[in-house]
Amino acid sequence: MEFFHSVPRFRFMAARKICYLISILIVVGSIAAEGLHGLNLAVDFTGGVVIEAGFAGVADLDKTRAVLRETGYPDVAVQNFGSSHDVLVRLPPLGEGVSANDVTKRIEGALRTLDPTVQIRRTEVVGPQVGKELFVKGVTALCITVLLILIYIAFRFRWKFGVGAVLATMHDPFVVVGVFAVTGITFDLSVLAAVLAVIGYSINETVVVFDRVRELFPVMRKATPAEVFDRAINETLSRTIITKVATLIVVVALYLFGGEALRGFGLALIVGILAVTYSSMYVASGVALDLGSAHRDLMPSERRTPIDDMP
Amino acid sequence: MNRYPLWKSLLFAGVMLLALVLALPNLFGEAPALQLSRKDGQLFVGQTAVDQFRDLLVADKVIPDTSFVQQGRVTLRFADVPTQLKARDVIEASAPGTYAIATTFASRAPEWVRSLGLKPMSLGLDLRGGIYLVYEVDVGGAVKQTLQRLERDYRLALRGKNIQYDSIEVSATGLIVTLRDASHREEARAALSAVDPNVTLVSGADANGLATVNISLNEAQVRQRQDFAIQQNITALGNRVNALGVSEASVQRQGANRIAVQLPGVQDASEVVRLLGKTATLEFRLVDHEANAFEAQQSGHVPLGTKLYKDRSGRPVLLKRDVIVTGEQLTDATSTLQQGEPAVSVRLDGRGGEEMLRTTRENLGKPMAVVFIERERQLREQNGAKVAVDVSREEVISVATINGVFSNQFQITGLAAREGQELAKLLRAGALAAPVYIVEQRLIGPSLGQDNIDKGVRALVIGSAALFLFMAIYYSAFGLVANVVLLCNVILLTACLSLFGAALTLPGIAGIMLTVGMAVDANILIYERIREELRLGNSPHAAIKAGFEKALSAIADANVTTLIAGVVLFLFGTGPIKGFAVVLSVGILTTLFTALMGSRTIIGLLWGRRATIARLPV
Repeated sequence: MEFFHSVPRFRFMAARKICYLISILIVVGSIAAEGLHGLNLAVDFTGGVVIEAGFAGVADLDKTRAVLRETGYPDVAVQNFGSSHDVLVRLPPLGEGVSANDVTKRIEGALRTLDPTVQIRRTEVVGPQVGKELFVKGVTALCITVLLILIYIAFRFRWKFGVGAVLATMHDPFVVVGVFAVTGITFDLSVLAAVLAVIGYSINETVVVFDRVRELFPVMRKATPAEVFDRAINETLSRTIITKVATLIVVVALYLFGGEALRGFGLALIVGILAVTYSSMYVASGVALDLGSAHRDLMPSERRTPIDDMP
Repeated sequence: MNRYPLWKSLLFAGVMLLALVLALPNLFGEAPALQLSRKDGQLFVGQTAVDQFRDLLVADKVIPDTSFVQQGRVTLRFADVPTQLKARDVIEASAPGTYAIATTFASRAPEWVRSLGLKPMSLGLDLRGGIYLVYEVDVGGAVKQTLQRLERDYRLALRGKNIQYDSIEVSATGLIVTLRDASHREEARAALSAVDPNVTLVSGADANGLATVNISLNEAQVRQRQDFAIQQNITALGNRVNALGVSEASVQRQGANRIAVQLPGVQDASEVVRLLGKTATLEFRLVDHEANAFEAQQSGHVPLGTKLYKDRSGRPVLLKRDVIVTGEQLTDATSTLQQGEPAVSVRLDGRGGEEMLRTTRENLGKPMAVVFIERERQLREQNGAKVAVDVSREEVISVATINGVFSNQFQITGLAAREGQELAKLLRAGALAAPVYIVEQRLIGPSLGQDNIDKGVRALVIGSAALFLFMAIYYSAFGLVANVVLLCNVILLTACLSLFGAALTLPGIAGIMLTVGMAVDANILIYERIREELRLGNSPHAAIKAGFEKALSAIADANVTTLIAGVVLFLFGTGPIKGFAVVLSVGILTTLFTALMGSRTIIGLLWGRRATIARLPV
C-alpha cells in the first residue's frame, strides 16, 4: 500500500505567509483564551483538596454540593468524574494549621450520609506553595528544553534552522494549552508532561524535514531555496503522514481506553501531534527560508587554494 | 548479497535474549501478600521461620499460595485480598504486638525466577494504591534555632568575662549584641568569637549611639544547619517508616527542603501521619555501675535516684536520674574514624559543654549513657471522652566510659563497624528537631490503582494491536518486521526498567505507549527511503543498504532532540512525571538500538542471503 506513488509536487512554501498569519492568530488566540478563560489548573498547580468518590448508584451532584456546603465548605466544587457514579470533590487550598486528615475525614463523613457504601477512591491535599513551585519548575523546564534544542540544531545545522525549529516548537505548546483553555479541561501534571513530550516530538518532525533540506541543497544547485524546501517537504510527506497515523492510532487508544486519569494526557498529545504536523512544514521551514537560508549555509566549505601558490 | 555483519546480528540476538530473561518476571503479575518482620528487630532465618506461620495459617484454613524468607522477612502470598486480610488477623491474634505485618504485593513468578534474583518492575502508588506524603522542613526555623542557641551561649560568655551588655537580639539572619560601654568592644569581640570562631563579627552602633557587635552566620554555616535539619528529619522519618514494616516504602529528599515519603499499599492516612509525627530527643545520663541492673529488673526494686532502662538488644541498664545534657544542646554528630576505629564525633552548645565539663571532671573513668526518647501523641478513650496522651518510648542507644575530661566536643569510640553510622544518625535524629509541615498528602485507594492498571494495559493492548495491523497492511512483509522490532523494543524497555528497579506509574504506561508510537517512525523513515531508492531504479539490495544509511542521520538527530526533552523532564519533574521521563528517555535509547540494529538483522536474515530479489515486499 502507498499513499503517493510518485513524489508529490505541492508548493508549500508559496503559502507560508498565510500560514504565518494563521500561526500568529493561533498564538494570540491561545494567549487570549488563557487570559480570558484561564486554564483550569489541577490541584497539582493550585494547591487544594481533591477527593474522588464512587457511589453505588448515580451520584446526585446538587445534593452532594448541598451536603458539603452544610458541612462547612462553601467553596466546594463537585463534578462527575469518568462515570455518573463517580464524583470529584474539589476544595481551595486549606488555611494555615488545618489538618489535611481532618478535612478529608469530614468530607468522607458527609458523603457517607448520602450513601453509606460510598467508596473513597483517592484523596489529594496539596499545599499552595507546592503548586506554585511546580508551575515555576514546569516553565523553567520548558525554557531549558527549548534552549538546549536550539543549541543542538544550530550545531547540527545552522542557526537559521535553529531559530525556525524553535519557533515551530514554541508554537505547538501554545496550540495545546489554547485548546485546554478554551475547553476548560483540567490541566494537570500529566498534561504538562504531554506538552513537554509534544515539544520533543515537534523537534523530531522538524529535524526530519531539515535533514532532507540539508541533503538536497548540494544536489539542487540551480534551484531556488524555496524550491529546495518544497522538494524536501514533498519527499518526506509520505513518511510524515504515515508516522502521524501510527502515532495517532496509539494516542487515540490512550485517550479512548486509558481511563479518566490519562484522558487529558491523550488529548494533549492528539492536539499536539496535529499541531506538530502543520508547524514542522510551515513554521520551521518557512522561518528558516525567510531568514535567508541559501546554498552557502549548508554546502560543504570549498577548499581554498592559497593565492600565493602560483609563481 | 547484502549481509549484515555477523557480530552485530549476534550482539542483537544476545541482548534480546538477556532482555527476555530480565523482562520475564513481569509476565506473571502480582498477588496480595503479607510481609512479616519482628518488631524487636531480630531477623527471620531459614525454613522453620516460614513453616511456623504456614502451619498456623493452615490450621485456620487460610492457605497461602507460597511462602518464603528473604532478607530476614517472611513473605506469604495469597490468592486474593480477603484471604490476605484474614491471614493478617490470624497472625496478629497468635502473638499480639510481636510482628510488624505489612500488607503488600508479591510477584506470582515461580520459585526458579525468584531464585535467579529477577524482579518485576515495581508498581507506583497510582497503580498500587497507597499514601504519598511530602514534608517541608522549615529551614528558616532551623537557622533561627541555631541563632537562639548562640544567643544563650553569648550571654553565658559575656557574663563569664564580666562584660556588661544592654541586649542581645535575634534577627532573621544574625544577632545584635548591644554593649553598655564602647571601651569593652574588643574584649567582647574576643569573648564572642571564642564561642564560635566561624561567625562574622562586625562592629557598629545603634540608634542611641551605643556600641554594637553584629553577628551573622556565614553561608557555609547556614547551609550546614539546613542540611543538618533535613538529614535529621530524613533519618527520623526513615526510622518510623521502617517501624511501620511497609515493604517498598521510601523516604527521599525532594528538592532543597522537602522530604517525600511513599507508602505503597497503606490506606489509613491519619494513623500514618500520627506515627510519622513523633518527636525525638536525647538525654545524656551517668550509668549507675554499682548496682546490678539485672537484679533490679527481676526484683523490681530500683535503687534510689536511678531509673531502669533497656538498651537496643533488650538488656537492662540502670541510669542516674540527673540529666547531664539533652538533645536540644546537641549541635552535630558525625561518624568518623578515630585511628582506624569507627567513632562518633559529637558537638554540644556552650551550656551543654559546661555541664559536660563539670560531669566528666567528677566522673572520670565511669560509664555514661545516651537515652533516645521518642514521643507521640495518642488519642485514648478515658471515661468515654477522647483524650490526647503523650506516650514515650525510651531506649539506651550508647554506653561508653568517660576516658577524659571534655566539654563541648568529644568522641564516642569502641563501636562496631556499622554501629558508628547508626549511632550518629540516631544522635542527629534526637537533636532539637527542625519543624516540619505536611505540604502534600495523597491517598490512592487500591480499587483505583487496579482500575488504572486495567485501563492502562487495555489502552496499551488496543493501541499496539491497531498499530501492528496498520503497519502490516501498509508495508506488508516489511511491516511485520517493523512489528517484531517494536515488540523487541517493548521487551527491551521492560527489561531495562526492571533492571533499574524503576517504579511503573500511569504516566509511565503512557510513556511506553508514546515510545511505541514514536519508535515506528524510525522504521517508517527507513522503509520510505528504501521505497524511494527502488523508485529511482536501484536494485533491492542497493535500496536496502542505501535506505538504512540515508535514514540514519534523520533518525539520530530526531531522537537526540527528543532525548533532550526527556532528560530535562527527568531533572525537573517529581513523582509520576519523573517516571514518565525515565520511560521516555530509556525508550528512545531502546528505539535507536532496535530500529537500527534489530531491523537490519532481521531484514538481513530474511532477504540478505538471496543473490537476487525480484521484488521487495515493502
